[in-house]
Amino acid sequence: MRSVMSGEDMARALRRIAHEIIEKNRGVADLVLVGIRTRGGPLAERLAELLTEIEGTGIPVGIVDIGMYRDDIDTRPRIELGPTELPGDIDGKTIVLVDDVLYTGRTIRAALDALADIGRAEIVQLAVVVDRGHRELPIRADFVGKNLPTSHTEHVTVKVSEIDGEDGVWLEGRERGSDE
Amino acid sequence: MKNLLTMEGVKKETLESLLSDADEFYDVMHRPIPKVPALRGKTVATMFFEPSTRTKLSFERAAKALSADVLSFSPGTSSLKKGESLKDTVLTVKAMGADLMVVRHTSTGAPWRVAEWTGLPVVNGGDGAHQHPTQALLDSLTLKQHYGSLEGLRIAIVGDIRHSRVARSNVWAFSTLGARVTLIAPPTLLPPDMEGWPADVSTDLDPVLDQFDAIYLLRVQAERGGASVFPSVAEYRDRFGMTEARFERLKPDTIVLHPGPMIRGIEIDSGPADDPRCKVLEQVTNGVAVRMAVLFQLLGGTKEDE
Repeated sequence: MRSVMSGEDMARALRRIAHEIIEKNRGVADLVLVGIRTRGGPLAERLAELLTEIEGTGIPVGIVDIGMYRDDIDTRPRIELGPTELPGDIDGKTIVLVDDVLYTGRTIRAALDALADIGRAEIVQLAVVVDRGHRELPIRADFVGKNLPTSHTEHVTVKVSEIDGEDGVWLEGRERGSDE
Repeated sequence: MKNLLTMEGVKKETLESLLSDADEFYDVMHRPIPKVPALRGKTVATMFFEPSTRTKLSFERAAKALSADVLSFSPGTSSLKKGESLKDTVLTVKAMGADLMVVRHTSTGAPWRVAEWTGLPVVNGGDGAHQHPTQALLDSLTLKQHYGSLEGLRIAIVGDIRHSRVARSNVWAFSTLGARVTLIAPPTLLPPDMEGWPADVSTDLDPVLDQFDAIYLLRVQAERGGASVFPSVAEYRDRFGMTEARFERLKPDTIVLHPGPMIRGIEIDSGPADDPRCKVLEQVTNGVAVRMAVLFQLLGGTKEDE
């Protein structure tokens, strides 16, 4: 397993993303951060803290579980569902979806469907720690911590201290055919 | 989990996982658009060979809220009347593209045979006086919502235990989830085969009335011979009915559950039936949520776990 981002790298990337979010949205009015379960949750919390620190006003944070919206239930093991909790009405809000890795884009598609069932956001943007390429859908991120060229057979692991006890990004080579 | 046929022997983790998913589907049911695409393209067949309104409607509501299609079978309007066998009927429905069958039948074991014949995932929607697992799940969810957990709860199941598939499922689910169950009925309404049931037994309700966190009332099942084994409805109500007087004597936070349909004036009087501590309508809502969880777990995901 090769380290590609240290904990400090990740912290700096998140701080830069926070500034980019403010720049792109000309402030934080009507902004809601929504993490995609599981690791998007704590990442969204951290971005909200950074935004609050920079702008001086609190940013609402939510979490979305995509278990009911996956398109691959016949080919992947079932994962226990988790709560979807949004801080109030999302109609007319600017939502920044937050996830650890952007890969095929299918998770983001599912999260967009989940949000659409709950309300009508004015704008939805996407922030990720790592974009590893290999998109299968026309989806792109607005804010990226690190662009990481990978092959299909490699595996990207993002760790967040709230869940994994440490921060960082690792790249792991894998045998052909065992890639997820 | 390939099928859901019985509550006997089902692991605690399995029950907890179903209840946890049911919590999420409960939230979905309370959204402005109470529908998710989880089972789009799947077909659920509700094969009810015994009349049912609420259970069948509940399964169909659950399937539709998951975006599955529903094939709905009722015996009154079917070729069973023309002499078609159970096996041919279910194979016919499988050939039309059913991915899962919910089976209710008057004969014990029928859902197991359907699972064998079709190879499809099967949910037991009630077989004879044997099992009714989704009822046990919805009752467990109702208790969990009220108390946070079933661990350490004392639950009385009162009434026609002998003819009750609900009792046979609930005893196992409640005890597996950590509750202590007492079955309360006149001797004639207790089953002869209670060896190994994880429950205490009492033939008298009044002396123990104030010991329970929940009282689960069963319906007197005239259609299964329940009415013939005690002298009169009035006598049953006198000794086992949830009258106003008994309701007063419960612990102040004790809740009352009933699988429905309630027969007011026999198992329960109108006062207690309409009291907020009677959870019958919550049970009905929870029925849809747990059935969504069951259909989702049986049809969603690869089956490497069993």
